[in-house]
Amino acid sequence: MAGQITADHLGMTLTIDDLDHENKEYFAWCAKGEFRLQRNPNNGLVRYPPTTRCPWTGDKEAEWVPVEGKGTVYSYNEVHHAIQPAFKAVAPYMLLLVELDTQKGKPSEFEGLRVAGNLVTADGEMAPPDMVKKVGIGSRMRMVLKKLTDDIALPMWTLDEDAEQPAKPWRYAQE
Amino acid sequence: MTLSSVSDVDASSPKHLADKYSIVGVGETAFSRGGLFRTTRAMATEAISKAMADANMTADDVDGMLSYSGADSTFSPFIAGDLGIRLNFYMDVFGGGSSTEALIGIAIGVIEAGMCKTVAIFRSMNGFSQVRIGGTGARSAVPVKGDELHSRAYGWQAAGQMFAPTFMRHMYDYGTTPEQVAMVKVTHSQHAARNPKAYYKNIVTVDDVLSSRFIVKPLHLLDCCVETDNATCIIVTRAERARDHRSGPHALIRSVVGRCCKPRIDMHYQHGPISTVAGHYAKEILWPNAGLGPEDVDITGAYDAFTFTSMLQLEDYGFCKKGEGGQYVSDGTIRLGGRRPNNTSGGHLCEGYTHGMNMVIENVRQIRGEIDDACPIGPDGKRQHTHDYSDSGSCRQVKDVEVSANLGWAMPGTGSAMVMVKG
Repeated sequence: MAGQITADHLGMTLTIDDLDHENKEYFAWCAKGEFRLQRNPNNGLVRYPPTTRCPWTGDKEAEWVPVEGKGTVYSYNEVHHAIQPAFKAVAPYMLLLVELDTQKGKPSEFEGLRVAGNLVTADGEMAPPDMVKKVGIGSRMRMVLKKLTDDIALPMWTLDEDAEQPAKPWRYAQE
Repeated sequence: MTLSSVSDVDASSPKHLADKYSIVGVGETAFSRGGLFRTTRAMATEAISKAMADANMTADDVDGMLSYSGADSTFSPFIAGDLGIRLNFYMDVFGGGSSTEALIGIAIGVIEAGMCKTVAIFRSMNGFSQVRIGGTGARSAVPVKGDELHSRAYGWQAAGQMFAPTFMRHMYDYGTTPEQVAMVKVTHSQHAARNPKAYYKNIVTVDDVLSSRFIVKPLHLLDCCVETDNATCIIVTRAERARDHRSGPHALIRSVVGRCCKPRIDMHYQHGPISTVAGHYAKEILWPNAGLGPEDVDITGAYDAFTFTSMLQLEDYGFCKKGEGGQYVSDGTIRLGGRRPNNTSGGHLCEGYTHGMNMVIENVRQIRGEIDDACPIGPDGKRQHTHDYSDSGSCRQVKDVEVSANLGWAMPGTGSAMVMVKG
């Protein structure tokens, strides 16, 4: 019987089965402080999230390559009524879909690597309400790897302090 | 911007089945929040029993059963046992929204294959009292595992939370406003006010919607459907058999699409524009098979798990130009008395949440001219519909319905659809 890796995040249990090779490797790289994704060596295309095969060709071959954790907010939600016990204390919180600069608009103009994560402070804590109000579609973000154990870190997003930010990122009309 | 099409799908071969099948019976329990206090077994038995009565059928006439659930219902064998039905075919599948139309297609397929002759399709759920459809309660507290590590670990779990990036991006891409989208709820509430069985019968305003509390932006409380306890049933059989049991106009199945998907359905946000939903692909099966187009449709049942889901589907199935969904749902078109009323029962937002079944039931009744509103009953035992859609009127029967379209939603990337015609 396969073993299991577990971690605690905001009082919620995360688990990865030993036989879940793709997720195990993905989160292990994150725990080492590196954001890596699978690349199909036959066509050079990188994919997110981890999958068993190349979503464009079905090729089995894959290599884990470092990918720069920088991009632009493509869309988001802002949760005010949290349903999971772990998130009630941190509401309102944001779920960001950040489109990476890497492979943007490839292999077709409709595609991109849109990586999920919560808005966090530079040190990985869930963002306070005043920070939530500063982020919207168009905001430039950098990845923060929130380490939970030696085997798991979660990719998260924070405002890229070094990047030029839009004067007014697009946010939902009502604050 | 154009997306790839599904023109390589052979949408011509099933045409010989168009109008050959009927939804011969429909039935449902009351829509309740805790008031029924019954098992899904007891509720399903009631709904099927009512649909059989509606079809003028007995237990001997029904020999097939299909149901769908998220492991929150009772399986067909127990229900069949309660009703004295001996099954030649049954299957209980996993699924929520978009299952209704897909299972209607499957029912036609198994009857064509000679496996059985009549199929009762049911959905029974204690969506308020047991497994909360909004995701609160037990479902929100279980450990996060495997592929969910890329979603639930971020507090990205409930339907509204999952779909919100699509809704938000539509506003960004096309300038859709909160006021336009709120009109879906306003309109459906006006319809529900004429539906004695609707859970919420109160008429709301745009201000009511926008001043209700935020659940997950861009959704306010009143942009979300009402979780209810209920069971619903529709019975599918060949049109000739249907006519043996029931006189009067029939709701004939013209065309179906089942769980048609966008690319990368495993994580569909990887393939955009994400403000485009599965209807973009499904319409290329639905309309060619139906031999008609959106302009020919009299009433729609666009799945309203949220105000936005009705709008997005109406837009992507071509009832308006891409990006003009906000205008379409707010200019009076979808109101009773408008060009093409949507969800005349009040739908999921007001009547009750059924994972799509009540919208099909409503359109069957509309096509038959048998809407169960509060219009007076005449000497022939039938309702004398007034077609008075003014604020003081109580009628919700649309005049002369010939064609309906149901647009079922599972998620932005997956949808089902059905065209029915009067015959």
